[in-house]
Amino acid sequence: MANSLKLPPGPVGSVGQRSVIWVRKNLFNSWLNSILTLLAIAFVLWIVPPIIEWAFVNSTFTPTIEACRAVSGACWGFVNANLRLILFGVYPFDQQWRPLLAMIVLGGIIVASLAGVKYPRMQKLIIPMWVIGIPVIAILMWGGVLGLTYVQNSAWGGLPLTLILSTIGIVFAFPLGLLLALGRQSNMPAIKTLSVVYIEVIRGVPLITVLFMASVMFPLFLPDGVSIDKLLRAQIGIILFTAAYLAEVFRGGLQAVPRGQFEAGDSLGLSYWQSMRLIILPQALRLVIPPTVNSFISMFKDTTLVVIIGLFDLLGAVKLALRSDPAWTRYYVEGYVFAAAIFFLICYSMGRYSAYLEKELRKGERR
Amino acid sequence: MTAINSANKVAPSPSDEDVITISKANKWYGNFHVLKDIDLTVRKGERIVICGPSGSGKSTLIRCLNRLEAYQSGEITVDGILLGDDVKNIEAVRREVCMVFQHFNLFPHMTVLENLTLAPIWVRKTPKKEAIALAMHYLERVRIAEQAHKYPGQLSGGQQQRVAIARSLCMQPKIMLFDEPTSALDPEMVKEVLDVMVELAKEGMTMLCVTHEMGFAKEVADRVVFMDAGEIVEMGEPHDFFDNPKSDRTKLFLSQILSH
Repeated sequence: MANSLKLPPGPVGSVGQRSVIWVRKNLFNSWLNSILTLLAIAFVLWIVPPIIEWAFVNSTFTPTIEACRAVSGACWGFVNANLRLILFGVYPFDQQWRPLLAMIVLGGIIVASLAGVKYPRMQKLIIPMWVIGIPVIAILMWGGVLGLTYVQNSAWGGLPLTLILSTIGIVFAFPLGLLLALGRQSNMPAIKTLSVVYIEVIRGVPLITVLFMASVMFPLFLPDGVSIDKLLRAQIGIILFTAAYLAEVFRGGLQAVPRGQFEAGDSLGLSYWQSMRLIILPQALRLVIPPTVNSFISMFKDTTLVVIIGLFDLLGAVKLALRSDPAWTRYYVEGYVFAAAIFFLICYSMGRYSAYLEKELRKGERR
Repeated sequence: MTAINSANKVAPSPSDEDVITISKANKWYGNFHVLKDIDLTVRKGERIVICGPSGSGKSTLIRCLNRLEAYQSGEITVDGILLGDDVKNIEAVRREVCMVFQHFNLFPHMTVLENLTLAPIWVRKTPKKEAIALAMHYLERVRIAEQAHKYPGQLSGGQQQRVAIARSLCMQPKIMLFDEPTSALDPEMVKEVLDVMVELAKEGMTMLCVTHEMGFAKEVADRVVFMDAGEIVEMGEPHDFFDNPKSDRTKLFLSQILSH
């Protein structure tokens, strides 16, 4: 009792009364709004219960065809039965702990790097972590040393492939995009022209074409006996493609930094690269966090296109699982919902992190 | 708007050594002739105020002295170094010449202290500890040390401009250029900035200052330069310049800015 007396004076009335007031004020404040509210409620009632019934009530997780045939709802048994095929593709079954461990290592490095914003002490560890982490992941995936059997990368697939393609894609496309953005603003005509032509050509072509070129046409230009791995070609294609988009995003950021900042850097005797690194880019990149993450998300989803050159990423592996046994084929909705859920989880996390990053970087620095 | 009471020291006289020589400098923006045959020599320790109507080329002139602007003909030598297209020369000049801008141009993503230590650490290769000590010393001098850990956006205009002056001083420059340092300030903040500039002038810093603060010119300038339409129209010691302006353009300009 004594505690309740100390509560700060709030609006009058119980929670119930206040909600009624809120609902009246916001949902039924005019006849048009009242109709819209009722329509919306009707729509939700119409669409949500069947989904819940399908997904949770009438569904089964039992990984057998028989169990699935017995229920009217979702057959999560398909996902359950084929989970390892979906997650790891055609990676040798008894070796699948390796891609699993590789994913955990990769996830750990990513999370630790992203946490660097909050914990400055972590920042010094970021580069060493990647320098050690990438070879560790490569050894786990390829093997061939330390008693691990060799797995060629055409057998890689599923979620590890998706994560590796997009992470490596981001790690390399980011600096390349920066250089292209700076090149486009350069005073040197050759560099400027090269950057502009590159950006415009790559942007003018769909990713699927770039991947197709990388997989089919590129080898034709190579001398006999030289071959570049298919996965590597796809990876390079993704990097080159994303870099062109990022370059334009970064250029937008560079243009938004006031001229005075460049002049202040110059007048203090800083060199071009010092000015860029210490003054201009920190401000420019901060301004373009949302569109940059936008590009990352879009690229993450675009990695699914590698399926056209015969690589099985997460989505490709779902298709593979659907085809593995004709009995499963009719449960494609469950398969795609599962893949969509994983994609959504990762993309949504990127979006949340971007919002967090913006907030974190703006602390203290009120303009 | 003067700052007479800020220091009682008598300013040391300039030496005979020339630190800036501008001869027959010309600059065009496209077809627009911004600087016309400018000749000006500045001695070490000399304080020069440049004034003139807007668009007269006065800012452009001092921006040529640290090569924020290129000039197309003539010759500009600063601290014995010929300023041309040579990047090495430009960098060498910029290490010795600092500029204070109308809009401060502090780095908004860094604290005041980081703003000050940046150039000493990266350009002069001063160890971090020394750079911080140096920065705190100059922050004390501009009477703003307690704001060291704030961001520029949290300071008033006058405080920001004093930080900008301290940032330049941290490079321990031989010459300081001021490009309308008080024009963007609210009137009540002009004095705090001028006070700092007067102190600097009395310590013998070589200064070139584009300003309309005629009180400042009268108090500290060794010479006042009047520019109009890209030319130096008249130049002289403050008492001559203000009391006996020779050209009609100068008279007109002075009557316009001194009337209110």
